[in-house]
Amino acid sequence: MADTTLLQLDNLKLHFKTGRGTVQAVDGVNFTLNSNEAIVVVGESGCGKSSLAKAILRLLPRNVQEYSGKVYLHGKELMGLSEEEFRQQIRWIKMAMVPQAAMNALNPVLKVGEQVAEPMMVHFGVKKEEALAQAQKMFQHVGVPADFINRYAFELSGGMRQRVALAMSLVTTPDLIILDEPTSALDVLTQANIFNLLKRIKQQMATSFILITHDIATSSELADRAAVMYAGQIVEVSDAKTFFSQPHHPYSAKLMASVPKLRGNAIPEFITGQPPSLINPPTGCRFAARCPKRFARCVEEPPMVQLDGNLVKCWLYV
Amino acid sequence: MTIEQDKIQDQLVAPDNNNKVSTGALLSVQDLRVHFELRKFGFGHAGYVRAVDGVSFELKHGASIAIVGESGCGKTSLMKTILALYKPTAGHVIFDGKDLSTLKGADLKAYRSEVGFVQQDPYGALPPFMTVQRILEEPLTINGVKDKEERLERISKVLEEVKMTPVNEFLPKFPHQLSGGQQQRIVIARAMILNPKLLVADEPVSMLDASVRVEILKLLRGLQEKHNLAVIYVTHDLSTVRYFSERIFVMYAGQVIEKGQVDLLVNNPLHPYTYALLQGTSDPDAHNATVMKEVPPGEPPSLVNPPSGCRFHPRCPKIIKGLCEVKIPPEVEPVPGQLTSCWLYE
Repeated sequence: MADTTLLQLDNLKLHFKTGRGTVQAVDGVNFTLNSNEAIVVVGESGCGKSSLAKAILRLLPRNVQEYSGKVYLHGKELMGLSEEEFRQQIRWIKMAMVPQAAMNALNPVLKVGEQVAEPMMVHFGVKKEEALAQAQKMFQHVGVPADFINRYAFELSGGMRQRVALAMSLVTTPDLIILDEPTSALDVLTQANIFNLLKRIKQQMATSFILITHDIATSSELADRAAVMYAGQIVEVSDAKTFFSQPHHPYSAKLMASVPKLRGNAIPEFITGQPPSLINPPTGCRFAARCPKRFARCVEEPPMVQLDGNLVKCWLYV
Repeated sequence: MTIEQDKIQDQLVAPDNNNKVSTGALLSVQDLRVHFELRKFGFGHAGYVRAVDGVSFELKHGASIAIVGESGCGKTSLMKTILALYKPTAGHVIFDGKDLSTLKGADLKAYRSEVGFVQQDPYGALPPFMTVQRILEEPLTINGVKDKEERLERISKVLEEVKMTPVNEFLPKFPHQLSGGQQQRIVIARAMILNPKLLVADEPVSMLDASVRVEILKLLRGLQEKHNLAVIYVTHDLSTVRYFSERIFVMYAGQVIEKGQVDLLVNNPLHPYTYALLQGTSDPDAHNATVMKEVPPGEPPSLVNPPSGCRFHPRCPKIIKGLCEVKIPPEVEPVPGQLTSCWLYE
């Protein structure tokens, strides 16, 4: 394993038990993330991208049927850690998360400063005054006026609340932050501001990011690499340049073609059909039913193929 | 704080009746103002929220416009006034020669049957305890289609139009059994079932996946062309506007600050705020990650005490000191077909 590898996922699986059967939300995901790198995970709703975030951070609901595979952080295997060890050593210390709609998840009856200070007190045993001072510093870092630590969530605008949620994940200076749809509820200019901020944090604090989103256009603001998820599996991992201009997998290509663009004259197309159910995913290539390039071999499960340093799970490249 | 509208109407300028000329346009909005009163503890007056403050435009039969702006710029208030859900504080909304504020009872009901509304969140807009059939049947029953056969026939027809086929398979389904895109199709079908002349769509695709978004926009576009519908598309996402509307109106702090043909406005924005919005909109490009975006500082102003002069002046990079913060910019037309309210072009 190279020195710069921060996170490595090896055949990570997360299956849920439901009344209708087993939902294979994350089904054998492999990828690596380097230090100070941002990878975006894109895919349609229900492809398992939020479950992937939960699987990495071990934030599991009660109805888990199977949770297996290996997660390495700095080369250290995490699946062997007990729940208490994971909480004390990893979660929010090495890896933090800004959950979906975090701006609406702030506690309405606690001052936002206290909420940002809390992880310091819980994880590092820092005294309250000191933690609040730290929170104040972090506020300035994310562009929230320092005296806002005494405000409540309802006194802040959506963009400011999103910054507070980000400050909460940054305050323990983790190596990796998982962002789940960080800007999907925000206005265009607020989105642009948040992405400027994320770029600055990435430069100054050498943080790595996993950005989970269905908004491909804005994801290009942060991405070094892109992982495309379809029906619980990763079907392509490419560098940003390849992904945003000439993606390899037919699904990635379709996904890119569906993005409306402000500049240029390409008319967006939609992908016919619907993603398969994760309860009984089709055998063979899971995208085959909607794929314009399918051929006889697609009934078998395609292997992950190396292609100029990128990975594609498609028979076309074998 | 509560919002009470009716009481403040007499405090403002009395409606000017000379304005009510029929122009042949389907919808004519004339100097529309929608203000909400703020109250302290339920009684003391605490100012007005000037949600819409002097908006005028006309919409012809079969034309489509997009209203673009950030949250809190007044686009929803404008839309709801057009839907006759809010009453204008001053100014007029004239639909097919009738002033909306004069409509009552049966006339108002008739107006509402001529205007379709597509909501933003399809799941929230569909009653969870009704089947698709009941959802679509209700507007027909309310509007006096008594014959059951006819109702079913019209429901089948509209479902085919929104491409929900085979129709019989979808009729007994409940909203939660449908995907997001299918739910939005039902919302569109419901808006279309009374054959409206005007369709108001409030962010109809913002809750949907990119791959489905385009499908819904194409569907709306198709319906518009087929039925010669006028469409008002309210959104904050400029990248989808191009495939849908002919004209864009950009709103800021309760006012329309630039309007024009889509291509003109996208390729050559005149107002600095329009420029900022376009700059803020990303296209998928790996180069984006290497550069910072230009974003005007600050946030949109409060609509209770909007800035003097041009409302964008505190954030504007091209401010002309001594002018922009003092005088309200007039609307000018520096490029034919593209109007803006900005002192840079005066």
